[in-house]
Amino acid sequence: MPSTKSEAPVTQFTQCRVLREHRLQREDLWVRDGRILDPEKLFFDEQGYADQRVDCEGSIIAPGFIDVQINGGYGVDFSQPSEDVSSGVSFVSQKILQHGVTSFCPTLVTSPPGVYHKVLPQVKVHDGGAQGAGVLGVHLEGPFISAEKKGAHPERFLRTFQSGGIEDLMEAYGSLDNVAMVTLAPELAGSQSVVRELCRRGVTVSLGHSVANLSQAEEAVLHGASFITHLFNAMLPFHHRDPGIVGLLTSDQVPAGRTVYYGMIADGIHTNPAALRIAHRAHPSGLVLVTDAIAAMGLPPGRHTLGQQVIEIQGLHAYVAGTKTLSGSIAPMDMCVRHFKHAAGCSLEEALEAASLHPAQLLGLAERKGTLDFGSDADLVLLDDALNVKATFISGEEVWRKSP
Amino acid sequence: MKLIILNDYDQASEWAAKYIRNKILLFRPGPDRYLTLGLPTGSTPMGCYKKLIEYYKMGQISFQYVKTFNMDEYVGLPRDHPESYHSFMWNHLFKHIDIKAENTHILDGNAADLQVECAAFEEKITAAGGIELFVGGIGPDGHIAFNEPGSSLVSRTRVKTLAKDTIMANARFFNGDLSKVPTMSLTVGVGTVMEAKEVMIIITGAHKAFALYKAIEEGVNHMWTVSAFQQHPQTVFVCDEDATLELRVKTVKYFKGMMHVHNKLVEPPPSLSKKN
Repeated sequence: MPSTKSEAPVTQFTQCRVLREHRLQREDLWVRDGRILDPEKLFFDEQGYADQRVDCEGSIIAPGFIDVQINGGYGVDFSQPSEDVSSGVSFVSQKILQHGVTSFCPTLVTSPPGVYHKVLPQVKVHDGGAQGAGVLGVHLEGPFISAEKKGAHPERFLRTFQSGGIEDLMEAYGSLDNVAMVTLAPELAGSQSVVRELCRRGVTVSLGHSVANLSQAEEAVLHGASFITHLFNAMLPFHHRDPGIVGLLTSDQVPAGRTVYYGMIADGIHTNPAALRIAHRAHPSGLVLVTDAIAAMGLPPGRHTLGQQVIEIQGLHAYVAGTKTLSGSIAPMDMCVRHFKHAAGCSLEEALEAASLHPAQLLGLAERKGTLDFGSDADLVLLDDALNVKATFISGEEVWRKSP
Repeated sequence: MKLIILNDYDQASEWAAKYIRNKILLFRPGPDRYLTLGLPTGSTPMGCYKKLIEYYKMGQISFQYVKTFNMDEYVGLPRDHPESYHSFMWNHLFKHIDIKAENTHILDGNAADLQVECAAFEEKITAAGGIELFVGGIGPDGHIAFNEPGSSLVSRTRVKTLAKDTIMANARFFNGDLSKVPTMSLTVGVGTVMEAKEVMIIITGAHKAFALYKAIEEGVNHMWTVSAFQQHPQTVFVCDEDATLELRVKTVKYFKGMMHVHNKLVEPPPSLSKKN
């Protein structure tokens, strides 16, 4: 019996370096009931000790990665309407465990109402486990975006706000249950009340696929927007007299106590390393690594479907078939973390927090996800010094281990 | 007394740790025969604890059948405050070794009735069969535990108000904010420590030199409470060179001359050399 107050088994991870208080510390990590346990309390209050010890052989233990923008993978496209969307989501959720991802937001690109009405009810928020990473909610990227910056999104399904309120959202999506985030273009007329309504319902609002200028972007932030979808891509380029959405990184109009986060696809393709460094240095605490991975991630080169379009894989690049427009990334999250660390020249801690703490803060989940603080969910990733994933844990249970 | 003089803090810490290690090994503790130790907190014993942890990790000793009684704890400081003595013991010793929680005893500075807590602590020591070896340090004002100048030399575990000097010395652990430093503590008495079979005091640093001089070269005096141990049959003072700066040359030479004898006390006992 490991303690006087509880029968639940206690696991002690030893010989590890734990990311805590923004530093990698040589500390053991204790887990009970799927949460990080305070061993000092266990010792003094419960006269407890560990039942099981896991020797981490010097590995780094970081909070499990959180991917807030992923369109699919391994042949599965979340935006494809099918009778069994949830098994596709499950399949991907199991596959991404090997990348250290323990929670994610399945992302739907611009689609006709029929697709949203069919797909959304099938994708529910649920905890992760041995069967796969947890679903935090859906990220709806579109259709209320700018035609000029549609990127790979199909133009015919773009929409504008007609009534400027919840009716537009309900008509397009059908329901906002299980929705964690919406990306929209704030310059669309009537967007302010939509932003407010979404925030009121606890949905994170992100600005993207937009030609907004800085004041339009700032106004959206004042109404509650808190994220920028893949910074630099699908928005006006930085201009020194109107920095556009990019200017939010250093805007003085962001209300006190609030942070504007921004997604970065650090695959070495979507953003030039110098641009990535400018963003990181301007606003390091807001940087959120996302994969924006498409169905082809994890698959061999060739043609695959994304939303209502066809894309083509060439090496590490994914294009809209027949064009040179980037259609999304196929770099997995752990590769993005490694590339980010290398390109930004940042510390291990900063690179790891960009994929765990910051997305958790963005979604308002930092009380239980994205950290290794006592009481947090024990979603962990074990890494070597080069940030290769050695094992993944959800709620303290090992859910993936690299074969020797 | 035995006055053990080493060159520096690290060597003094190592000597003290080896002494404790040998004590554990030669005692041969077991399920019906626990070794009881009295333990201090503060910067002085940190080096000694580091070494003990090393010896545990090398497989030389086990704390499975060791019971510990800490000297003191602040009153009113939450137990999980980073500066509480519970936190100190957890971070600097307990979490690194195989000691059982129920075998550790630290006074509870948040007990509903502090007098009852102090009396109960004395009873726990008696129930454990008394303390085999009490390890302690010395304050710049010559105090042992929180037995500030003027404390009775036959005192028992009780509540003490801290001296101004002590509060100032502790302020560095509370971001230099004097208002945050606790003003009262629970502490074992001088009499409590005197009842241990053996006492080992670790003293390092030039700022402790005057106190050491007062404690061993002047008379027994309640203004320098460590001086009480002049009347204990088995006391060891482990020092570095700097701590001896105020002693007579004659005293230092005498005890340095005895080091070859005293060093036998820290040689690995036969059971250990056989293992290695």
